[in-house]
Amino acid sequence: MARNKRAIPEINAGSMADIAFLLLIFYLVTTTMDTDKGINRKLPPWDEEIIEDPPIIKERNIFTVLVNSNDQLLVEDEYIEISQLREKAMEFIDNNGDGSCTYCKGFKIPTSADNPDKAVISLQNDRGTSYGMYVKVQNELVAAYEDLREKYAEEEYGKSYRGMDPEEDKDIIKEIKTAYPQKISEAEPLNIGG
Amino acid sequence: MAVIKKKKDKALPAVNTSALPDIVFMLLFFFMVATVMREVDLKVSVDKPQATEIQKLERKSLVTYIYAGSPRAKFQDKFGRSPRIQLNDAFATIDDVQSFVVQEREKKSEEDRPMMTMSIKADKSVKMGLISDIKLQLRKAQALKINYSSLQPKNVDALYSSEN
Repeated sequence: MARNKRAIPEINAGSMADIAFLLLIFYLVTTTMDTDKGINRKLPPWDEEIIEDPPIIKERNIFTVLVNSNDQLLVEDEYIEISQLREKAMEFIDNNGDGSCTYCKGFKIPTSADNPDKAVISLQNDRGTSYGMYVKVQNELVAAYEDLREKYAEEEYGKSYRGMDPEEDKDIIKEIKTAYPQKISEAEPLNIGG
Repeated sequence: MAVIKKKKDKALPAVNTSALPDIVFMLLFFFMVATVMREVDLKVSVDKPQATEIQKLERKSLVTYIYAGSPRAKFQDKFGRSPRIQLNDAFATIDDVQSFVVQEREKKSEEDRPMMTMSIKADKSVKMGLISDIKLQLRKAQALKINYSSLQPKNVDALYSSEN
């Protein structure tokens, strides 16, 4: 019949692909796939007044890490390389000098830390230290704690600390964190080798 | 009379491309969903340091960035080469940091404010003097949660070589 012949002609969709490609290329160019990652830290709150009597910490419980403006490390009055730092820090935290820590495997050296709870790592850098070096030192110190926690988790719970689910294993993580509390103290930077 | 065969019959039929838009749209939607618009134009060059103990920044809406590094080549005539701070789209001085933090905090909703994280994206060659100044300003502004933006090294041994 005549009516059938007057049906609406189909719209040409040939250029659809072109339009879609154009949009696709726009998103390809503007997209940034990088996920932001980094070392999380917490700063101490600012206080105008100088604390009059700071808590006294025994010398043996402080692990001093100094970084100079040439990015060299001085740890416990000893010049070391960055690759040795993690091991040194772990030995210090895990030392168990007073024998109160039942899970520690340290050497019980009398001049080193009493127990993980009392052990404090003190970090001081120069204003001329490079940021790259600073991050590396921070990384090694955090890694020392994480490695100890990992070992502890393996022994106590038989599973990996790093692989734990933050929601599911909430209590276990909390328990491990109290076993090896992270105590890294940062002093105001020096200004010697500007 | 010789029969002349039609050429048409021999020609290969055209490949059906009607599904092409579908494929392209699929890709397009993937990129649209996965995309995060670049918020700022980097005016300083940032070569991030490397670290292994890194954590992901979960919610981007809670993160505020502070960039530090030497100005890029095209800005060097004007601003020199010494490392500078960049906040949003402009170069800034150390005194601007505190007000910047306060301003950014105002933008966030009431319940999100305590969880605000400052991400320091600095070049690894920047001296700690500048970073310490930033940190002091952040402490004064009560922005205590910070994150040193760094990359996962492809080869862990490279972390200990003297070059980096």
